[in-house]
This record gives sequence, C-alpha cells and structure tokens, in this order.
Amino acid sequence: MAVMNMIQALNSAHDVMLGRDENIVVLGEDVGYFGGVFRVTEGLQKKYGTTRVFDTPIAENGIIATAIGMAAYGLRPIAEIQFTDYIYPAYDQIVSEASRLRYRTAGEWSVPMVIRSPYGGGIFGGQTHSQSTEALFAHVAGVKTVIPSTPYDAKGLLIAAIEDNDPVLFFEPKRIYNGPFDGFFDRPLTPWAKHPASEVPEGYYSIPIGKASVVRAGEDVTILCYGTMVHVTLATVRELGIDAEVIDLRTIVPLDIETIEQSVQKTGRCVVVHEATRTNGFGAELAALVQERCFYHLEAPVQRATGFDTPYPHSLEWAYFPGPVRIGTALKKALEV
Amino acid sequence: MSDKDPSKLRPNRPKLALHVPEPPFRPGDTPDFSSLKIPAAGSAPRPDVAAPATETHPLTTHLVRVLGDDHKAVGPWDPKLDPDTLRKMLRDMVTVRIFDDRMYRAQRQGKTSFYMKCTGEEAIAVAAAAALDREDMHFPTYRQQGLLVARGYPLIEMMCQIYSNKGDKLQGRQLPVMYSDKAHGFFSISGNLGTQFPQAVGWAMGAAIKGDSRIAMGWTGEGATAEGDFHSALTFATVYNAPVILAIVNNQWAISSFSGIAGGEHATFAQRALGYGVAGMRVDGNDALAVFAAVRWASDRARSNLGPTLIEFFTYRAEGHSTSDDPSGYRPVNEAKAWPLGDPIERLKAHLTTIGEWDEERHAALLEEAAAEVRAAQREAERKGTLTSASIDFPQDVRTMFNDVFEEMPWHLKEQQQAMVDELEAKRRWPS
Repeated sequence: MAVMNMIQALNSAHDVMLGRDENIVVLGEDVGYFGGVFRVTEGLQKKYGTTRVFDTPIAENGIIATAIGMAAYGLRPIAEIQFTDYIYPAYDQIVSEASRLRYRTAGEWSVPMVIRSPYGGGIFGGQTHSQSTEALFAHVAGVKTVIPSTPYDAKGLLIAAIEDNDPVLFFEPKRIYNGPFDGFFDRPLTPWAKHPASEVPEGYYSIPIGKASVVRAGEDVTILCYGTMVHVTLATVRELGIDAEVIDLRTIVPLDIETIEQSVQKTGRCVVVHEATRTNGFGAELAALVQERCFYHLEAPVQRATGFDTPYPHSLEWAYFPGPVRIGTALKKALEV
Repeated sequence: MSDKDPSKLRPNRPKLALHVPEPPFRPGDTPDFSSLKIPAAGSAPRPDVAAPATETHPLTTHLVRVLGDDHKAVGPWDPKLDPDTLRKMLRDMVTVRIFDDRMYRAQRQGKTSFYMKCTGEEAIAVAAAAALDREDMHFPTYRQQGLLVARGYPLIEMMCQIYSNKGDKLQGRQLPVMYSDKAHGFFSISGNLGTQFPQAVGWAMGAAIKGDSRIAMGWTGEGATAEGDFHSALTFATVYNAPVILAIVNNQWAISSFSGIAGGEHATFAQRALGYGVAGMRVDGNDALAVFAAVRWASDRARSNLGPTLIEFFTYRAEGHSTSDDPSGYRPVNEAKAWPLGDPIERLKAHLTTIGEWDEERHAALLEEAAAEVRAAQREAERKGTLTSASIDFPQDVRTMFNDVFEEMPWHLKEQQQAMVDELEAKRRWPS
C-alpha cells in the first residue's frame, strides 16, 4: 500500500498495465516527455519508450480516429483528451465509429480503447476547461462511461476500463485530483493523504465497471451522485445532520440499477446530484428510472441538484457550482413532504 | 461593429463578392472537356521510391498515365505486368461491373433498399488490390467493391449483405454495400464520410509500433477531403511517418456537388500533399496500369519506412451517386461519354488486344462467364432471402438487435430485448 492522490493512482494504473500488456499504448496531447498537463502520465514515456507513450498533434478527432485504427490493428490504446471540453471534434469518431464498430460488424471488430479526460469545474477553468459531458455520451449506444471519485477507485476502475473490450470514457474530476472537496471553495483544501481511499495498492487490482458504491449508509433519503459531487454531498449531509444514504455511482453506463433500487425502496426518497447542466442531464435519466421502478416506495418527488443551464462562467464559477446549499435545498424538498 | 449601414462605411472600396463555384456544364449544356489538360501517356517522370517527397510534387499537377491512345503501355511507370495479371484485372473489373448492374436491378426490383455502383471507377480498386499484398489492410469507402472482388471475397457474401438476409454475416445491421471482412483485409465501411481516413493511419501506426511488415491503405472521395478527418489523417501520417497510402478517388461528383465545391477549382487534390510534406501524385484512374504502378510505388515506399503517399485518382463517376440519386437533375446526361479518359474496362481490353493477349471472342466468353457467375451467386443468395422477402416479421431474429452493442449485454439492453419480444407478441394480437 502507498498513499496516493488521484493523479498518482492513475499514473500507477497506467504503469501497472503498460507493464502487463505490451499491446497497450498511451497517446494524447503533451502526454509523452512532459507527462501530461495534470502529470497523470509522468515518467511513463521514459520507462516504456516513445512508441508506447507519445505526444499527438492537437487534433482530438485525429487522436480518437488513429486510436480506433490502432485498436482495429490489435492494440489497446489509452487516449487522453486534455480537457473534456476539447472532446467535441472527436464526437463523430466516438459516436459513429468507436461505439458502433462491434455492432456494425456483428463482433468482427471491436474497439478496446479508453478515452481518459479530465473533467468538471472548480478550478477556475472558465467555459472551456470546466464542463461535464457525461450525458452526451451516456445517450450513445455502445460506449461505457466511468467517473471515479477517489484515488483507490480511480486506479481500480481505470485498470478495469483498460481491460474492457469495449470503448470506455473515463472522466477524471480534476477538482479532486489533489484532494476531496467539500464544496466550500473558501475553506482550506484537504489533501488526499487524510482520506482513507488514498491508501492504494501499488500493484494490480481492478474494480468492476457497472458497480456503484454505497459510501454512506442511511435511512432517510438516497442521494445518487458521482465524481466531485460525492464529496460535496457527503460534506453536505454531515453538516446538515441528515441520515442520507449516499451512492457513488462510479459508472453511469452501464448503471448499477440494483443498488439504486434497493436504496430508494428503503429510504423512499431520492435526490440526484451532478455538476453538469440540468436539462437532459444524467439526473433526468436517474429520476425517470427511479420513478419507473420505485414509484410506490416514493414519499416525495425525486429532486435534482445540478449545474445551471448556462455555460460555465469564469468569475461566477462558485455561483454555478452545485454546492452544499443547492444540495441542501434539494434535500429539504425531498424530506419535507 | 458600427450600427451604420456597412455598405456606406467605406464607399470608396470595392464591394466584396462571394464566389460560389459552379460546374462548367449543367443539364442541357454540351459537355466539352477540351480545355482539360491531359498529359500524354508516358510523359510523367517516375522518381525513385526513396526520393524525397518534394521530388514527387511535380506529379501532383501532372497525370501519371501508362496506356497511350494506341493502347500500348509506355514510359517509366509501365509496371510491365505479365498477361495473366492483366487478364485477372480485366476479369475482376468486368465482374464488378456486371455485379453492379445486377444489384442495381435487384434494388429496382424492390429486393433491397439501396445500392451504389462504381461504374467507370473499376480500375482503381481492382488495380490497387492487385498492387498491394493480400495481407495489407484497406480502409475503403463505399465505392471500392473492386477490392473485395479482386481479393476473391465470395460474391454471395456481398449479395447476402446487400439483401440483409439470413446469410448476411453483419446480421442486417448495415446499409447495403457497407461490407466488412477482416480476413480479406477490408475494414468495415462507415456511412459517415472521411472517418476511415485517419483510422487507416492509426492502423498503419499500429503496424509500425509492432514492427509489422503490413501496410494500410485509406480511401476517400474528393468530396470528403473537405472533412477535418482528412486533415488529421495527413497530419498524423506525416508526423509519424506512417506506412500508409492515402487515396483520393476524384470522380468529379459528390452527389450533386462538383469537385469545385470540395476545393478543387484552384488546386488539384493531390497538391495537398505539399503542405504536409508527404509524397503525392495524380494518376489517371481509368488506366489500370497507371493505378497499379502508382500503388506499387507507394507501397514499396511505405514498406521501406519511407513514409506515406497521397494519391489522387482522377476519374469520373459515370452513374448516379446511389440508387437514391438521379444525376440528370444536375449534370448533362451525356457527360460521362464525353469524359476524355475513357472507360477503364475498354482501355484495358484494348491494351490486351493490342499486345496480342486478348480478342473479341475471348472477351465475349469472359462476359458470359462473369455474368453466369454473378447470376449463380444471386440465385444462391436469394435462397437465403432478401430484405423484403421475409414472410414473418423480419429477416433476422429480432433478439439479435441487442447483441454486440457491448461484448456482454448489460441489464438495460436485456430488459429492452424482452420488451421487444413482448412487443412483437402484442403486434400479432393487435389491436386487441
């Protein structure tokens, strides 16, 4: 075991897998010699060579298209999109190509590729370094979407994603790269070292894709969340003294519906939390599923605490961010009936 | 920006004007290609395979041609193929044309939803297949059926795909002609244009990473060179010196848009090689020998780690874009006949005849044989059904619709699969 922040844990996952499987290659903008703008791939090119870990031109469509070609050849590429806000030029390659190749060839070809991308706000990144794009991919048949919330999960889930034979989008909440975040931007940062999930095995382990984690057991209300919002939610219920069951979904496609159903059937109330914009956000799907499957257990309407339907504003970042007050308001609505 | 009427802002300056390219001829016009510069066969120099890319660049405004007006092979690009190879190419091209005609008719007879011919372009895919190794990987568009025919892919497999019937290995999931066959080095065709071009580069990069000896060939039409994927393909190809051949089939028409709409008015498509520093050339796409020679040159180069080549095959789409298109609405009906580079099958046939390796009798026999082969395959394929012949519900078991979305079916697809089965059951009882 070692104490790792999320960046170190992700780096370790790469290291372990590059060592285990010589068909794995890592490509992306600045990932080679420099080791990535967030340092996730630091030292890997030196250790594994320039043909295993290499820089790419600034062309996200080219990165994903060539990675698809490499996967068709027989490699297992890990492609980094430097910020998920930059992923749109690659949308066609992801949506029309990577996600459908297995289907359109009836299994003759597949794309065992991981697309890693730092995502979410909270670092004063402005409109183009803060977005949460998970719903844009959850809507697409044929790609999996994983969003870890701790160093331990990040490493185990990334290893599972690399071993998966389908394309996996792996969104890394950059706000919590260096420490969990309680949602109060004006409080001092807590480092990962003080969090139990910073204890990370140095070797190989994996966490299955499609399994949620109940990070806090509770009786009064179920809160569905992922990524940065797991920590904000935990801090919120702690400070408000609410006995909530907090579920870290970890994977949104495929979704762990069983864990969600069991919890909502127990608590009878549900709040969905995500940082992404509200309309057609993944929360809308979660709310629909909960009412379809748990309607007769529900005591109150499902509530959503989300980002607003605006671009992510630079100076007003913390007004946009769905912090403890917005989550608290949703919880009160869910609990007052 | 001032609120003032912009036209009054600087009255002394000339008014700006938008140029919207127009093809030289529209329906009713008499097509006249006499202003098109067609260099004589044999006149293009042939640089050494190891020459710097810049040495090939004069070829991007030239036209590599081997077959002269006298039907003889001339000049440094003559690949000096033996008669058997020439006859094999002729046979494949003839087969493709007959196959296209039969499948076009099958669509018109309502046996399938869609078809795309490659009439007039047969030499390009067939000769490219002949020039590459059997193990090299193609990332084709929908007009390279000649690759499959030349590599001996069973016609019946192609037809089953076109009919989306029970014999379709793609299980009816793809639009007709969007073939895929790994064993024949034919990557799955996408209907989204241009996407396969950088994928070919990625495959070639994979081969280079692994120290393989196989190369890739990516294909696009001239229309889709306007896509960002084209630029990415060339950028990645040059950056990583990828062992790839990038082919632009310039058949002059992207549905109803002439090549000028794709940027072909002021430069050739081959000239784009210059900006990327890769080898490039423009080749007479209706001259099977020139196509063979160019692809062989580029493959020798790629195989020796000397980098990618961009080849523009200059040709003409003699028929509609697809069965859903009627070109008489946007170009003169006799334009294909006026095309100065002739018909690729007629040209190869004339060459073989000129060198004493072919005659009318043998050609008539070939036509008959190929037609019989296509007819027999069609009969066999239709025994497995057509898109519209299925008597009960659908050509495929509906449950297969949910397979292969993922390697393992997640719960939500299992639920939807059951809902589909229930829906069919309910449909049988409808409206009760």
